[in-house]
Amino acid sequence: MSVRIQPEDFDVGAEVARLTKGASDIGAVVAFTGLCRDESGRLAALELEHYPGMAEAEITRITEQAEQRWPLKGLNVIHRHGRIAPGGNIVLVVAASAHRQAAFEAAEFVMDYLKTQAPFWKKEHLASGAAQEQAGWVEARDEDDAAAQRWRARHDAGQ
Amino acid sequence: MKIRYFAWVRERTGRADEDVTLPEGIDTIADLIGWLKTRGPEYEAAFENGSFVRAAIDQIHAAHDTPLGGAREIAFFPPMTGG
Repeated sequence: MSVRIQPEDFDVGAEVARLTKGASDIGAVVAFTGLCRDESGRLAALELEHYPGMAEAEITRITEQAEQRWPLKGLNVIHRHGRIAPGGNIVLVVAASAHRQAAFEAAEFVMDYLKTQAPFWKKEHLASGAAQEQAGWVEARDEDDAAAQRWRARHDAGQ
Repeated sequence: MKIRYFAWVRERTGRADEDVTLPEGIDTIADLIGWLKTRGPEYEAAFENGSFVRAAIDQIHAAHDTPLGGAREIAFFPPMTGG
């Protein structure tokens, strides 16, 4: 299990290969990539501020919860910070397990918690010609809090 | 004690971090926010909607009624937008 916080881009294929190399008992690998949406050319870039130290610690706590809850063979997370171009990679979650249910669910769980708990903040830099008064800090979404809450409810129900 | 500020909380206070010595009677995050707001208009602006600002004590999320204890580092920031 690894958590990397870095400005550099990552290669999904290489990271999947890294997780599965040499393993003989992995039957399922799920790789989720979060990208910077372009919104029809409105965005020049997204800038991700983060809290060094806490970002690693918090994402590690989330992955440890996932490993306790599902039978995983591996779980790697990469989260970038700094300037991200439209279409660029932001976050990667790779989960491996013997059977697919654990990999699917663990990847979704990690993303739902990461969205609400990981100390990163997105600031929009708009392309010239876009309405500059709209530029600023992206706001958190209620849907993300609801998604995280559903995992708590399922856990309490024994799922 | 070190206090760190992030995103628009950092922009409004005008600083990324500072070292403070707390007066007597500051026991919880809420107490700390109340005290910070007395230190100038920039703090008033940052904590204008005080309950909306999130906090962490020694890099762990903390509700506003959490005691500061022997905390070394407190951080204040908006709801997160990672991922």
